[in-house]
Amino acid sequence: MLKVEGLHVYYGGIHAVKGINIEVPRGKIVTLIGANGAGKSSTIRAVSGLLKQTKGTISYNGNGENRNILGLSPENIVRRGIVMCPEGRRILPHLTVFENLMLGAYTRNDKKAIKKDLDWVYDLFPRMKERTWQKGGTLSGGEQQMLAVGRAIMSAPEVIMLDEPSLGLAPLLVKEVFDIIGQINAEGKTVLLVEQNAYAALKIADYAYVLEVGNIVLEGPGKELLEDQRVKEAYLGG
Amino acid sequence: MTLTMFIQHFFNALTLGSLYALIAIGYTMVYGILRLINFAHGDVFMLGAYFIFYTGTIFHLPWIVGVILAIILTSFCGVIVERAAYRPLRDAPRISALISSIGVSFFIENLAIVVFTGIPKPVVRPDWLVKIIQIRGVRILPLAIAVPIMCFVLVAGLLFIVYKTKPGLAMRAISKDIETTRLMGVSVNKIISLTFGLGSALAAAGGIMWALRYPQIQPLMGLIPGLKAFIAAVLGGIGSIQGAVVGGLLLGFIEIMIVAFFPGLSGYKDAFAFILLIVILLIKPTGLMGEKIEEKV
Repeated sequence: MLKVEGLHVYYGGIHAVKGINIEVPRGKIVTLIGANGAGKSSTIRAVSGLLKQTKGTISYNGNGENRNILGLSPENIVRRGIVMCPEGRRILPHLTVFENLMLGAYTRNDKKAIKKDLDWVYDLFPRMKERTWQKGGTLSGGEQQMLAVGRAIMSAPEVIMLDEPSLGLAPLLVKEVFDIIGQINAEGKTVLLVEQNAYAALKIADYAYVLEVGNIVLEGPGKELLEDQRVKEAYLGG
Repeated sequence: MTLTMFIQHFFNALTLGSLYALIAIGYTMVYGILRLINFAHGDVFMLGAYFIFYTGTIFHLPWIVGVILAIILTSFCGVIVERAAYRPLRDAPRISALISSIGVSFFIENLAIVVFTGIPKPVVRPDWLVKIIQIRGVRILPLAIAVPIMCFVLVAGLLFIVYKTKPGLAMRAISKDIETTRLMGVSVNKIISLTFGLGSALAAAGGIMWALRYPQIQPLMGLIPGLKAFIAAVLGGIGSIQGAVVGGLLLGFIEIMIVAFFPGLSGYKDAFAFILLIVILLIKPTGLMGEKIEEKV
């Protein structure tokens, strides 16, 4: 569905991603794990169109077309069915929960379909329904993360990219967030997940890539990497 | 002061205040989205007044057609200003765009002097707006009632767009977080153009009504009303549309009432506005209705 080939990302003089290849098959959960600054976020930010200094190709086979999407604007990429849920949640604190969700559906016009997805989001996150008219900024960290995921779902994506969804959450909430990711995937959405919480990510991932300073050093099915000695030592605390 | 005199002053203040409010909204909207004080806004207001003059005197269009045309042309100018002078500086330090706005202001003023000439021009006003009516001894111009009503309608329309429509939602989102808004599929450039278009349309409406009230127009007419409206925006809390309205009305009332109650001070009425600006900046820099949002991390 998504095929990243020879992707380079630069920030001024810094070479953050050094020609990596990643494949995200339709309907699967793929995760990028690695330490801070390994280039995980840069990779999905490049896919989402936010970064300009990039090289390589990102072929996308979805939305009834097959083309290189590298270099398109973020709004164009969202319209094609790839949405990113950014690091740090980035919900809009001065807008209500409902307005945040409707912003997610900005590219869509089919009221019925939007309503259907809204019901789905409320189903996944009953607390969002209770707080529909509350300002986003009044939600707790965990609720904000759920709102951010819900907002991403509202764009009716084929591929949903999540940047560190567990960041700053209590262990119980982390589990909840990952359960939700599983449910979203079960509904047919392809997931590309960036995580520092390697254990949680590997557990649900069909396939995983380990990044170190801009290179992929290891890849394989999530379950296998969980057992891998090198991964255990470097990311799972021995 | 008699009651009838007070009522007349009241309507004067209401008219002036609502005009300030209309112009102030343009400052506040642009600031809300781009954190930029668009100093060319007062000159866009002046363009609105000139467009209504030319549609009437050269093209002999009916007044109401002229109004619509002038508003459209002016918002178009506002959009062009953003395209040409602010968009290329979007990622530059904010001070660059600010300086650019001062440059645009000088450019429009001087271009206007060349094109329109510096000689003040008399604006033709529809009779029904300037035929004095008398209600129980209160002599009043119909436009002193029409202007506040028009302003109210325009502000209500704007609030509807900002709070009830999709582009309005995008505007409010951009004001907090441009990047995330783009990630939701919003074309930020289109929304910013729309913001400049709407702000300039209100300025044009303000310019047209200003020309009704002070029917002599000249290329530098936007300077003082522009600055006053800027003060009104700061007074109300820059970034807030409701604040701009409150600030505009308040400033209009302060100005008129000072002159009404202390005629000896009338020469200083502009100074009062600027003193007010200084005081506000010292005491409550966020203005009367300025936003203070607590954010959870």
